[in-house]
Amino acid sequence: MNANILPTGSVYSLVADTSAVERHTLSVLVDNEPGILARIAGLFSARGFNIDSLTVSETEHEQGLSRITVVTKANLKVLVQIKRQLERLVPVHRVVDLTATGKSLERELALVKVAGEGDDRIEALRLADAFRAQVVDASTNSFVFEITGKPTKIEQFIALMMPLGLVEVVRTGLAAIARGPEPM
Amino acid sequence: MAEEMSGAEMVIRALQDQGVEHIFGYPGGAVLPIYDAIFQQDKVQHILVRHEQGATHMAEGYARSTGKVGCVLVTSGPGATNAVTGLTDALLDSIPMVCISGQVATPLIGSDAFQECDTVGITRNCTKHNYLVKSVEDLPRILHEAFYIASSGRPGPVVIDVPKDVQFAIGDYYKPAAHTSHKSYRPQIEGDHKAIEEAVELMMRAKRPIFYTGGGVINSGPEASRNLRELAELTGFPVTSTLMGLGAFPASSSQWMGMLGMHGTYEANMAMHDCDLMINIGARFDDRITGRVDAFSPNSTKIHVDIDPSSINKNIVIDLPIIGDCNHVLEEMIRIWRTRTNTSREEELKPWWHQIEKWRAVDSLRYKGSDEVIKPQFAIERLAAAVKDKDVYITTEVGQHQMWAAQYFPFDLPNRWMTSGGLGTMGYGLPAAVGVQVAHKDALVIDIAGEASVQMTMQEFSTAVQYRLPIKVFILNNEYMGMVRQWQELLHGGRYSQSYSESLPDFVKMAEAYGGKGIRCEDPKELDAAIKEMIDYDGPVLFDCRVTKEENCFPMIPSGKAHNEMILPDTADVGNIIDDKGKVLV
Repeated sequence: MNANILPTGSVYSLVADTSAVERHTLSVLVDNEPGILARIAGLFSARGFNIDSLTVSETEHEQGLSRITVVTKANLKVLVQIKRQLERLVPVHRVVDLTATGKSLERELALVKVAGEGDDRIEALRLADAFRAQVVDASTNSFVFEITGKPTKIEQFIALMMPLGLVEVVRTGLAAIARGPEPM
Repeated sequence: MAEEMSGAEMVIRALQDQGVEHIFGYPGGAVLPIYDAIFQQDKVQHILVRHEQGATHMAEGYARSTGKVGCVLVTSGPGATNAVTGLTDALLDSIPMVCISGQVATPLIGSDAFQECDTVGITRNCTKHNYLVKSVEDLPRILHEAFYIASSGRPGPVVIDVPKDVQFAIGDYYKPAAHTSHKSYRPQIEGDHKAIEEAVELMMRAKRPIFYTGGGVINSGPEASRNLRELAELTGFPVTSTLMGLGAFPASSSQWMGMLGMHGTYEANMAMHDCDLMINIGARFDDRITGRVDAFSPNSTKIHVDIDPSSINKNIVIDLPIIGDCNHVLEEMIRIWRTRTNTSREEELKPWWHQIEKWRAVDSLRYKGSDEVIKPQFAIERLAAAVKDKDVYITTEVGQHQMWAAQYFPFDLPNRWMTSGGLGTMGYGLPAAVGVQVAHKDALVIDIAGEASVQMTMQEFSTAVQYRLPIKVFILNNEYMGMVRQWQELLHGGRYSQSYSESLPDFVKMAEAYGGKGIRCEDPKELDAAIKEMIDYDGPVLFDCRVTKEENCFPMIPSGKAHNEMILPDTADVGNIIDDKGKVLV
């Protein structure tokens, strides 16, 4: 009967997917209604998807629409599932994988507090200038810098501030938009 | 044209305008205005349940047997939390349901008020969509939208949480629009024409094809079942179905293979494994169906028809996806097939059918009969024989009895079989039977139950008595949570930890205490007469059918195994089949 026994491999819930994990930025257009953020975040946690970054803000006031930018890490099969599951939510209008469409702009803003005196303080200011970070608050022994750019640039800046008296950092998470004249 | 009324009146008016005739519910402080509105009309009949979970399963049974939306009304706090199991059940089995819950008044929300809970928060992940109505102006739109969302696309449960002050507030009521549309929710009904053409071409070339159908065919309406029959006849292909899809294709057809999956027939699973073309219509490659995914039907081209795009490629890689409503796609397939050919492919399919006959000859549903004790399979066969010519609806609880019912009770019509498939909710069947009987007053409605499951929602027997609903609860009593015991035998060396049904009530006395009838049968020779007594009784019956205690439900694909590695009724040493990897799975 059970002559044709296949080699023991994966079983259904233990499928180890070895395909490469990629980092993708999704832009999600939604109705700006109460609980929408919980709906999106809840979907990710309920289905075991990753969220690296999530930003949300009302962008089209008259139509009551918000734009959510989600950065997630997953293999291609899971990425398709994430997109489809998001589209299944009733208040979701559109989901666009900005990474898959290729040409998109990604920006993030960070506020970086640095405390120090003497050479460290001068060096911090010099580096801030090089990174085009603005001084938005200053005291005799501290600065708060505002820096905008790609996440890699921000990370680099933070790393440089570390030995110069970095106190704390807040980041907005990623906002992304496709290049060219078309809307999403 | 607007009409001024209170929020509570709007709820009832919207139900009337949506064609709702019955609502299952339980009153409480936060829904009193709605109950007052119910009192002052007689178009919507309220069925008073004993527990809110019962209301949700009744609504499910009602919905699945009629194709209409099932409606539930519960109060805030515990009323809403008690409904969560039924909502989740309806989500997993794609059952259209609208559940209206009361909520504390808006100024009190968030203050941990009496009987307050975050209903929309709790039900967000177990509904298709949910609403908290913060203003009476939004109420008419939300009520109508809820019915549209619950019943269109892939159906599912929708919760509307209505604070008490909104129920009292006066506002303008609007009737539902003639053509419903939604700004962001637009289910795709028509399948892509090119894809359907391609599917038909594959079907015309297939040598070992199989239709694998699911609950989507039932949800698509009776027309879809008729079209499935027609397409099957035209093509001459064998048909198997998931648990949820039983009845869409007649069990009396020679092309019927029986159910597939974990407790499916040998022929259905072997045909799934060896086919060269699989046509999935309205099923979702659930893990009960696929077994080990890496060994699932290794050499077939797979077509998947589903209204929900997220089902495609979720568990199994698909060669040809068709997003759309089953009925529409089936109609198109028939039309295109007819334009391409009018000759039967009988000759080309002969070797395949020959192979299927060989598998059928294994007779995987055979069991050892007995003169002394009632075999559970025998009980279901006798029940099926006794009700053959009646207008019958079957519900089940969850466990061995459910699988035996699926295996041994033949269904020839859709909407006749109500069971909890995805969530596997013990306690589903009795209230579901109440819901079915409410919709079909003169039909014979039988809950095939287990003695453990039925006790989870036993109290709804009282609802059946109150509304003179003559449901028949046919309990296969083996004094075990049979499926748990079977898995303990297979996986845990027969150590029956907590699976014995200790201190069982006397079901006969229990039925009598509720005001119904109780029947007990333990002798196979008396079974037919006892079943007849049950059917003939004009009122609710609890039938305590004492069956073999340690019978196993076979055939079975053990967890972690492939379709062609089934345990058959005579497989020896079943305690050593499942390996360590399989033991991790449920």
